[in-house]
Amino acid sequence: MQTYDIVIIGGGPAGLAAAISARKTGVESILVLERDKELGGILNQCIHNGFGLHTFKEELTGPEYAYRFVEQVLAENIEYRLNTMVMDISSDRVVTAMSKEDGMYQIKAGAIILAMGCRERPRGALNIPGYRPAGIFSAGTAQRLVNIEGYLPGRQVVILGSGDIGLIMARRMTLEGAEVKVVAELMPYSGGLKRNIVQCLDDFGIPLKLSHTVVDIEGKDHISAVTIAAVDDRGKPIPGTEERYSCDTLLLSCGLIPENELSRTAGVEMNPVTSGPIVNESLETNIPGIFACGNVLHVHDLVDYVSEEAGRAGNAAAKFVMGQLPADKGKPVEIKACDGARYTVPSTIDIDRMDDKMTLRFRVGAVYKDSYVSVYFDDERVMHNKKRIMAPGEMEQVILLKDKLVAKPHLKTITVKIEAQ
Amino acid sequence: MHDLIIIGAGVSGAAIARELSKYKLDVCVLEKCQDLCEGTSKANSGIVHAGYDATPGSLKAKLNVRGNEMMTELCKDLDIPFKRNGSLVVSIHKETVDGLKDLYDRGIQNGVKGMKILSREEALQLEPNLSDQVQGALLAETAGIICPFKLNIAMAENANVNGVEFRFNTRVEDIKKDQEGLWHIRTNNGEYICKYIVNAAGVYAGDIHNMVSQDKMSITPRRGDYCLLDKEAGGHVSHTIFPQPTNLGKGVLVSPTVHGNLIVGPTAIDIDDKEATATSQEGINILIEKASDHVKDLPMRKVITSFAGLRAHGTKGDFIIQEVKDAPGFIDCAGIESPGLTSSPAIGEMVANLLVEKLDLKKKEKWIGTRKDILNPAELSLEERNELIKKNPAYGNIVCRCESISEGEIIDAIRRPLGARTLDGIKRRTRAGMGRCQSGFCSPKTMEILHRELGLAYEEIEKSGPGSEIVLERTKNQKGGNY
Repeated sequence: MQTYDIVIIGGGPAGLAAAISARKTGVESILVLERDKELGGILNQCIHNGFGLHTFKEELTGPEYAYRFVEQVLAENIEYRLNTMVMDISSDRVVTAMSKEDGMYQIKAGAIILAMGCRERPRGALNIPGYRPAGIFSAGTAQRLVNIEGYLPGRQVVILGSGDIGLIMARRMTLEGAEVKVVAELMPYSGGLKRNIVQCLDDFGIPLKLSHTVVDIEGKDHISAVTIAAVDDRGKPIPGTEERYSCDTLLLSCGLIPENELSRTAGVEMNPVTSGPIVNESLETNIPGIFACGNVLHVHDLVDYVSEEAGRAGNAAAKFVMGQLPADKGKPVEIKACDGARYTVPSTIDIDRMDDKMTLRFRVGAVYKDSYVSVYFDDERVMHNKKRIMAPGEMEQVILLKDKLVAKPHLKTITVKIEAQ
Repeated sequence: MHDLIIIGAGVSGAAIARELSKYKLDVCVLEKCQDLCEGTSKANSGIVHAGYDATPGSLKAKLNVRGNEMMTELCKDLDIPFKRNGSLVVSIHKETVDGLKDLYDRGIQNGVKGMKILSREEALQLEPNLSDQVQGALLAETAGIICPFKLNIAMAENANVNGVEFRFNTRVEDIKKDQEGLWHIRTNNGEYICKYIVNAAGVYAGDIHNMVSQDKMSITPRRGDYCLLDKEAGGHVSHTIFPQPTNLGKGVLVSPTVHGNLIVGPTAIDIDDKEATATSQEGINILIEKASDHVKDLPMRKVITSFAGLRAHGTKGDFIIQEVKDAPGFIDCAGIESPGLTSSPAIGEMVANLLVEKLDLKKKEKWIGTRKDILNPAELSLEERNELIKKNPAYGNIVCRCESISEGEIIDAIRRPLGARTLDGIKRRTRAGMGRCQSGFCSPKTMEILHRELGLAYEEIEKSGPGSEIVLERTKNQKGGNY
């Protein structure tokens, strides 16, 4: 069996940043396993710009952003294997992988970093009634067809869901000469970034209908029309509000789901809210030596945050294999999200193991205007930051300082909540 | 000119074709769709019923029990998965629990083996997720689960290897008999001449029948909506769970599938349009409500797809398998609704026997009764899999990550007899695209393989047949244009 100190599953933005960070922390033996034919992950099909504003202070396209990291991986001589699918991970960190060239083989890893990304919620999971014809795509599949394969799915487009990929594809299809008739969003708010609504819909005069959904799909062989209706506050269609749009393409951008099939085979515990692993301050899962970062951990809004988070996972995994990560004493401080904060990553902190500063990321469950992000150490409110607007489509963060926590040796629970005042 | 033409390449047509392929007879199958298994056969519960439902003495009763008996060996011969997981008819009302005994008695009359009436406690012990209201249940050990696509496709493939021709995208428009007693079948694809016809046209069997007979037949499409749940929910029940039957059918069942998903369905809604396989919100709501009567805590959030199928409901309530009185040489195989999938091998046998007697058919000296299914590398050990990839590297390239389907399996599905020509064809043969992402990731890769293997332009690649092309045209850039 082959052995590596760190095996990283996925060569997208998370996996690459984790690899670079682990190398910089001092680990020589690192292997990145990538299922596609090149490094970079989903960024390779994200040919629009807007990446890297936080990390590089400039606007890059997806492939450009990815290449900044690929360059470092190459410069650091970090080993990677392409066209390689990981088939199984065991709880004792044996990775079973497969490729055309190398067949099926096993690797014993000192530590594993999960960086498999996420997938889109398909039509079937949305329970949209109607036919099941050709012409219905998840937005990311359409993005791949247009940007990588060079084919246009159709010319009259309706988009259900206002996730970022859907918004980006509304603009992309318009630039390709297609007519995007409407974007319907079930929720009363968009699931995407404000800037994408402005730059991809408003700038092109594409209407966004909030609290609307698709209630019928017509066309037995190929989609020919959809019916959209307004929904009530429980998400049920309101009779009499139906509008029919003829179309040859329906794109779905209705949420992303972390791809944790492999994590589950290893026995990694999941957070039902994020559908990603439950992790501690080191981004380590319940299985010692298995770490997680990027969209497999929780779906991010900006890739910059993925890179930053993955850097922390790479650093922690490196410390783990070098024996520098203090032993887990099993009595961490719990982090609770409530009152509008849906979850936090991480969800526990072992103060001995944390860095001087730690970013706690979370999302809110609804749109909040002029509200406060509050942090409580047990019953004591220690942070109270006013935010003009918070929306489910954008990630929020608070920064915890180690010295503040060290000063509270009996601290049991940190609570993050949204308060009106 | 053929000796015999079968109209319809669904599971009945395929079963008849395979049985007839044993004999010295020139057989051709006409199918209006692009592929096998495109009508009723592709959208049903995938259940091999035990046979206690049907009225004793009916064809349904006889062929169900016979088909069930034949299934184990047939699936072994055809190398397709089949599991006798057993079924439970669950009673949730004190007033109707005695009805289980009636079903049991009917089963005994029909010749069903392995039945037992269970108390509430016994039922719950067997299936802890049954409703708290359960009063008792009828266990039928011989019931099983099967892949409806694989059964249909395997029988057709095997028939084809034994000399039966198949013509796809060939829709029968009219049938006339000439003075010599030969049938002339007009299709959108030219005329076919034959001595005998078997009508296995599913929901269209009435229309086909009425082309040759004055004794008119009517087939009502009875729509059934289904929800398919993620494999994570596949263990919610281990038996197939039925409510007590009504005159509309066997009711909404909850069952594991032979591939490990959970299926919930069907509804029973009579409609007019024989192509109307659209699901409805109302239908899906009914499913969720009715299924929850018998099985608790159903994880409906784990639905990965929903679909609807049309059962070919005959007015008389029984299968119609006979030579048409005023059209000698024309044999109906109509009204094949549930338990049609279970009965299919027996339907094939019955139609073949009828013809063997009538035409005094002789067996071929050489007939190949077995076939190998598309290899499932997941069943191999690491070493065996390595050997396989060394011999054929395409087995080392995973295309569908949800179901772990390799390029090797997809190429096999395309190259084998009556191979896949469309994305749906590949999906039904290999399960690529049938998992939780519902082909989001693998469809572009599968398209590339179809393009390469069949020499199809991307714009020609179809989901399921003519009119279902996936992409429209090249992007501006690829056409050399400017933005």
